[in-house]
Amino acid sequence: MSSHGIRDRVAIVGMGCTPFGEHWTRSADDLLVDAVGDAVTSAGVTLDDVDAFWFGTQASGVSGLALSRALRLPHKPVTRVENMCATGSEALRNACYAVASGAYDMAMAVGVEKLKDSGMSGLSGTAIPGAGDDSRGEITAPANFSLLAPAYAAKYGLSGEEMKDVITRIAWKNHVNGARNPRAQFRKEVPLERIRSAPVIAGMLGVFDCSGVSDGSAAAIVVRAEDAYRYTDRPVFVKALSFVAGPADGLLDPEYDFTTFPEVVASAREAYRQAGVTDPRAELALAEVHDCFTPTELVLMEDLGFSERGQAWKDVTSGAFDLDGSLPVNPDGGLKAFGHPIGASGLRMMFEAWLQLRGEAPPERTVTSLAEGRSLALTHNLGGGPGECVSFVSVVGSQLSA
Amino acid sequence: MPGLIAYGAYVPYHRLARADVAAALGTPPARGTRAVAGYDEDTTSMAVEAARTALARDGLRPRVGQLFLATAAPAYLDKTNATAVHAALRLDEHVLAADMAGSVRSGLGALVTAARSPIPTLTVLSDLRTGLPGGSDELAGGDGAAAFVFGGHRNGAPVLAELLAHDAVSDEILERWRLPGAPASRVWEERFAEEIYVSLADKALTAALDQAGIDRAAIDHLVVSGLHARACAAVRRAAGARPEAVTPDLAAVIGNAGAAQPGLLVADVLDRAAPGEIIALVVLGDGAGVLLLRTTEALPAHRSARPVAAQIAAGSAPMPYATYLSWRGLLDREPPRRPDPEPPYAPPAHRRTAWKYGFVASRCEKCGTRHLPPDGVCVSCRSVDTMADEPMQHVRGSVATFTVDRLAHTPSPPMLVVVVDYDGGGRFRCQLTDATEADAAIGARVEMTFRRTVTAAGVHNYFWKARPVRTGETEGTRG
Repeated sequence: MSSHGIRDRVAIVGMGCTPFGEHWTRSADDLLVDAVGDAVTSAGVTLDDVDAFWFGTQASGVSGLALSRALRLPHKPVTRVENMCATGSEALRNACYAVASGAYDMAMAVGVEKLKDSGMSGLSGTAIPGAGDDSRGEITAPANFSLLAPAYAAKYGLSGEEMKDVITRIAWKNHVNGARNPRAQFRKEVPLERIRSAPVIAGMLGVFDCSGVSDGSAAAIVVRAEDAYRYTDRPVFVKALSFVAGPADGLLDPEYDFTTFPEVVASAREAYRQAGVTDPRAELALAEVHDCFTPTELVLMEDLGFSERGQAWKDVTSGAFDLDGSLPVNPDGGLKAFGHPIGASGLRMMFEAWLQLRGEAPPERTVTSLAEGRSLALTHNLGGGPGECVSFVSVVGSQLSA
Repeated sequence: MPGLIAYGAYVPYHRLARADVAAALGTPPARGTRAVAGYDEDTTSMAVEAARTALARDGLRPRVGQLFLATAAPAYLDKTNATAVHAALRLDEHVLAADMAGSVRSGLGALVTAARSPIPTLTVLSDLRTGLPGGSDELAGGDGAAAFVFGGHRNGAPVLAELLAHDAVSDEILERWRLPGAPASRVWEERFAEEIYVSLADKALTAALDQAGIDRAAIDHLVVSGLHARACAAVRRAAGARPEAVTPDLAAVIGNAGAAQPGLLVADVLDRAAPGEIIALVVLGDGAGVLLLRTTEALPAHRSARPVAAQIAAGSAPMPYATYLSWRGLLDREPPRRPDPEPPYAPPAHRRTAWKYGFVASRCEKCGTRHLPPDGVCVSCRSVDTMADEPMQHVRGSVATFTVDRLAHTPSPPMLVVVVDYDGGGRFRCQLTDATEADAAIGARVEMTFRRTVTAAGVHNYFWKARPVRTGETEGTRG
């Protein structure tokens, strides 16, 4: 029994991504029709050419009908998937496997989420009767992830003020990047002091330490690698797809110290193994990571192997992950600038990898690492929270390996 | 001779200063403070806390044969509230648990019923007194609970105070009343009942003393309880006890907890009485009742682990009056822009009663790992169905990490959330209560407390929270 990966066996040949934001006048159906339309146009195909669909949404629809009805698809296989905040990545992973298996020539992954119709601040829970009762319910997402901050600060000897400076810098960096992205929800740079002094939501987290609430959709078309150049000169080859669901032991086991996501460590190790990556900090051109809250991005830098343990705060402070840093992280602005329409986020991350690796990102946010000849991008998507989560890591590249 | 074999009192942490009420409403100056149940407490949860203290000693819990919960502010009607107390205490399923709910006098009724029952009886008096803003009931009222176990002498659970005699006189009188659903009591003109109560108290006291063959001068602790303050004061003066035997009513610091007041006052006396002393409890209201107790040599070694005076001393600084009003539902605050909290669902709550009410976790019998909440598959060795019950309500722990959730739906924002690592293993994430943001710190010591977490869709949700271990509380024993 072993995991083999599907390195270089499939490629993405078309993508679409809507602007993310408060789409008061657009429904989930409207958004996914846009994303799907852009994807088929991008690949130079029609919807009839797509053999099967994987549709990711957390709560904006149920079953394959939510996609087939919106697109009026004539009797195609549509699988609806849900894996918390990693839902969009999960749709892509399954579409890739469908093609790699030989079952289909062309598959599409679609993600969509309509959050702004609920009228609520932040995300709302799923309605499983009694799920929020008698145990660990009630806590909101920002509070859940804010648990990381005091634990990290205490472990590595940072004062509360120093920790706040570090997470402030992460928010600042992602807003700088988002200001250079017409699809982002927030398209203005935000001064450090404004971020730092913003009203507090939970623990150390201010408003700007939290990703926004937005609507959006993204889609990708996957074909066999050997067919890829029939659709585009610059396909993006899938090097690794790794997904783990943790045993959910962090809230039970006092050994867990809230300065890491063991699920991310495991999924990254597997992804690097599949892709043959040994030094991610040096080999990757960019990484799109799940910055749902700023302390999450900090911890991810260590879990993904970009920084040594206890060192990420220094790398953040020195600008290593800035657009012109040694490894740009969230060059599109991340969840911070895009908000987090759950089913769409994973595919939105992949869309940035698609643009950057194909040289289609606008010059003002093109990562400098590409000019050094790097050709790999990583996307990371997680759902849950500290102690119990699911984690997805992909590695994609513009070149087939020798 | 049977008698009292255990007791425990519960004074909630919060205090309201009467001067703050006067300042806010422009009413005449008033002094002192009253005890205030937390936003997450009701008469049921306070009863659990008092009874946990009473049953803290090993071997007491299995002896309890019946449980009565007396309150004038029941959390539910129709549905029994004592069954929640029964569940939280993990009493045997054959123990009768029943309410004596509605009138303030049920406190006396439950005490007398327990004292003269041939079955070992746990009786819990719990009350939460609310008046309209600025009224004397708001100022003079208080919240709290007290629990008593009456039974025969056993090794390990000796009689702490013998029941010498009791008497009660009943009187149909329109003195204090409240229609179901009304926010506050109404009372007749105070002077009308004063002389009546003094006379009834004299009758009951005389009868009880005659039964016991005791002279009034022999009373070492005269405890007079009732919501009619003038009558209580008059009885204290006229009862014929030695002046130094008249005990204070604690109203200046915690107010008058109605049905629970006789229990709190007797518990306070038991916290300090010497062996061989006679306690006379006189309770006024719709008549009068008297209990005569004589403490034994066993009392000093078996006092409550949480004395009333220590709980009073550990109370909070006065809370803002506006916070008190919002906790009592008298000031409707803007809710967060979040979904309404979920009510408990009956089937999952029922199949997890031991966890939800008793905080009984599970422990893997193969590797010893504790699981909170209880699980079927071990998180450590992955064995299936190797779990044994692991009671955790008396286990203390330390805060591993924490946060302050300003977005979460709570009747008293912000919500404090801590990850607790328990002494001896196990971890649980839960709310921190009776605390300020300064109490949420890595390494802080906490203990568990039974609370009403929220009321949603007309259903109360009860569960456990952590609270800071405060000075003035001695280490509890495991039960």
